[in-house]
Amino acid sequence: MKAEWNGFTAGKWEKEINVRDFIQKNYTPYDGDESFLEGPTEATNELWAQVMDLTKQEREAGGVLDMDTRVISTITSHGAGYLDKDKETIVGFQTEKPFKRALMPYGGIRMAKKACEQNGYELDPEIEEFFTTHRKTHNAGVFDVYTPEMRACRSAHIITGLPDAYGRGRIIGDYRRVALYGVDRLIEDKQHQKDTTRIIMYSDVIREREELSEQIRALQDLKKLGEIYGFDISQPAKDTKEAIQWLYFGYLAAVKEQNGAAMSLGRTSTFLDIYAQRDLANGVYTEKEIQEFVDHFIMKLRLIKFARTPEYNDLFSGDPQWVTESIGGIGIDGRHMVTKMSYRYLHTLQNLGTAPEPNMTVLWSTRLPQSFKRFCAKTSIESSSIQYENDDLMRVTHGDDYGIACCVSSMRIGKEMQFFGARANLAKCLLYAINGGVDEISKKQVGPKYRPVEGDYLDYDDVMDKYRAMMKWLAQVYVNALNIIHYMHDKYCYEKLQMALHDKKVTRWFATGIAGLSVVADSLSAIKYAKVKCIRDEDGLVVDYEVEGDFPKYGNDDPRVDDIASELVSTFMSYVKGNHTYRGGIPTTSILTITSNVVYGRNTGSTPDGRKKGEPFAPGANPMHRRDTHGAVASLASVAKLPFSEAQDGISNTFSIIPGALGKDDQIFAGDLEVEMPEFESEN
Amino acid sequence: MTGRIHSFESFGTVDGPGIRFVLFLQGCPLRCQYCHNPDTWAKDGGKEITVEEVLKHYAANAPFYKNGGITVTGGEPLLQMDFVLELFTAAKAKGIHTCIDTSGITFQRENPAVVEKFDKLMEVTDLVMLDIKHIEPEAHKVLTGASNKNVLDFANYLAEKKIPVWVRHVVVPTLTDSEEEWKKLGEFLATLPNLQALDVLPYHTLGVKKYESLGIDYPLKGIEPLDRAEAVRARKLILTARMRALKNKSGK
Repeated sequence: MKAEWNGFTAGKWEKEINVRDFIQKNYTPYDGDESFLEGPTEATNELWAQVMDLTKQEREAGGVLDMDTRVISTITSHGAGYLDKDKETIVGFQTEKPFKRALMPYGGIRMAKKACEQNGYELDPEIEEFFTTHRKTHNAGVFDVYTPEMRACRSAHIITGLPDAYGRGRIIGDYRRVALYGVDRLIEDKQHQKDTTRIIMYSDVIREREELSEQIRALQDLKKLGEIYGFDISQPAKDTKEAIQWLYFGYLAAVKEQNGAAMSLGRTSTFLDIYAQRDLANGVYTEKEIQEFVDHFIMKLRLIKFARTPEYNDLFSGDPQWVTESIGGIGIDGRHMVTKMSYRYLHTLQNLGTAPEPNMTVLWSTRLPQSFKRFCAKTSIESSSIQYENDDLMRVTHGDDYGIACCVSSMRIGKEMQFFGARANLAKCLLYAINGGVDEISKKQVGPKYRPVEGDYLDYDDVMDKYRAMMKWLAQVYVNALNIIHYMHDKYCYEKLQMALHDKKVTRWFATGIAGLSVVADSLSAIKYAKVKCIRDEDGLVVDYEVEGDFPKYGNDDPRVDDIASELVSTFMSYVKGNHTYRGGIPTTSILTITSNVVYGRNTGSTPDGRKKGEPFAPGANPMHRRDTHGAVASLASVAKLPFSEAQDGISNTFSIIPGALGKDDQIFAGDLEVEMPEFESEN
Repeated sequence: MTGRIHSFESFGTVDGPGIRFVLFLQGCPLRCQYCHNPDTWAKDGGKEITVEEVLKHYAANAPFYKNGGITVTGGEPLLQMDFVLELFTAAKAKGIHTCIDTSGITFQRENPAVVEKFDKLMEVTDLVMLDIKHIEPEAHKVLTGASNKNVLDFANYLAEKKIPVWVRHVVVPTLTDSEEEWKKLGEFLATLPNLQALDVLPYHTLGVKKYESLGIDYPLKGIEPLDRAEAVRARKLILTARMRALKNKSGK
């Protein structure tokens, strides 16, 4: 066994790249409470004060403090950057200094240029010329191939947010491999993969060999990135500090290379805890030191920044990086996977104060230890910064070493990746069905010229018939646009470092998405159970609706409408599945417009459920605002009925509740009166 | 059998232990001045629901209620005693925790037929949440339109039956905010060995809008919502008085 692995339990993981096996053989489930946790060190407080000051400066500068306009970001493009070299225990920034945003033109030069201009910077004209004339970008490739129909759908916003001008993201490299194996071993493994490809040069074999070469080059660059900061990461990490640092270099290389729509971290805490347990047992580090490493690591993750345009930020409601880290969950052998490191990660919300990034996501199971549940609840109350996802549901498909990319996309780390697919606006599609493919806002013929609805009142069977046909058309245009996008992304903006941290055989999820589910469910319910009258404009186009009578609304646990919603998901998915998908991608869908619901609503005319033109959709799979009137369980139950098997990329429900509605405040209420006794005696 | 309900809430967290399915029964004989559900007063309002329907709603989301159960409230749920009895009997057969949130006003100690019905109901009731609105009979009458005799009788009856009870008291400025009254309430609570919890709520004005939409004059116009801290203080005083009474009784 390698010296760096002394003390670890041996296993398959020594012979092959197999982080899960290493974790399962070596991790220590923790059932205790949070009392072992340490507060921030002086260095941590000082560094964080510096970050707060820079954040203030950035805000005052209008959102961007500094930006590269000339240096194209690669894994090795910049010198070392620090906040305060002497105080930082974990190091590394995307450029040579914190808060400076890197230039990443491979997704599309226009987007990079716009990002510069709109933040008050000017892109070096030579760079622009180079990426316009000499080096093609992903964006240019896509637009060379798009059909006029795809372009029309894009401008009409029936398909929106497509990753055709920016990095698709949603790929999680197994950054833990860097720490466990060191980069040399990973290169060796990739070299072996390259040496064992098929030898007849079909185009897919050629692509595979080229990609493996790219991956090996990326790993060599990763080693250089370590050297820039004075570390040799060719060999395995030998302690907790190195393990965090090695792992972070892996992640840093990815965010230096890719400005993806979501650059998630994976599932690292329980892995790192194995090192911490060993170091604590051997007296290498104290708990205080280990918490400091974690605090500094999380601080770095909070400072990941990308150059983006205001429109991008508008679509995603902010400037999110989605540095999602998945914590906890249950192993398939039945042991829970909560470790002390799970606590330490969440504890940064207290040591550094609350923050949206990294997006700490607890993989929730009814079987998590009670003390951890309590700690999560407490931290949630204090910070409002924890995301929860249902491990009991996802474990069935993905096992116990999956992570969340972005907000809900689950994938096995290093074994699965996703082709991110934005979403199709099913509410607008319904309006196209009613108007025979004519856009209700632009009045252009965007969809196929099918027969529009006739007469004053909508008939359920008639509308459903037309809607199915229109959905089938939409699914076809949508999936084929995505085929182009992912082909071109692979060709011109390949995620070589992230894919170098994957197995050779990778399962690719071909993600699609649905927007406007609750609008459509309620609209169809209104058509079926109430009377919906069409209001036409001077050209006979239906532009508004009058609903006469009441109808069941999605969000009240009422099968009459909930079944419509579920069937909608299944039907659309069946049409998606009817299409060829690029690179053997397995079609899946998501219902999770957590932030973009406002934009989708703005671009959609009035709908038969009574929603007016321009009004926001509900986020994700949420019931429409104020239409769920039977309390939270009924509302949640409607959402829970949606078929997860058809929407494995995730179903999101944004749920807010006033604290008082979650139970009694213990000051005015206490279940057991006997506890009052000591209080009384102390008073007398 | 059908009951008349105002509505149901699928996520009740303040009407008994755990997450509960809460049924708001329609109709109430009292007219409490601070009532925030005037829309549940009329006995002929609301809509009908069967025991089977209630249990179907419950069963659909049973995993949510594993530490909770069913609570009937209102209105005054015991106006529809037969319905509640049938519902609870069916619920208990399925092992569901049952709770009644009541003013106790329909109890009649001197009427054996009524007591017999209560006896039956209590066999299938796990918890009673009892609203003691005022400890003084006259003041209770002013506040609610009826004396508290039945209420206090009911509390004593529950004590004899050893049915766990949570007592609730709303502190309304000028109406139920005297320390003397709180002390007396505490002394009364000392006589209830089955008391498990005391909930002292600050008066709020969230119901005003309902009065407006029903076209009823709001009786407590001009009275400001109570500060939470005052409710905490009231609870402490009530409990202190209770403890003192208990100690005196045990001769300490």
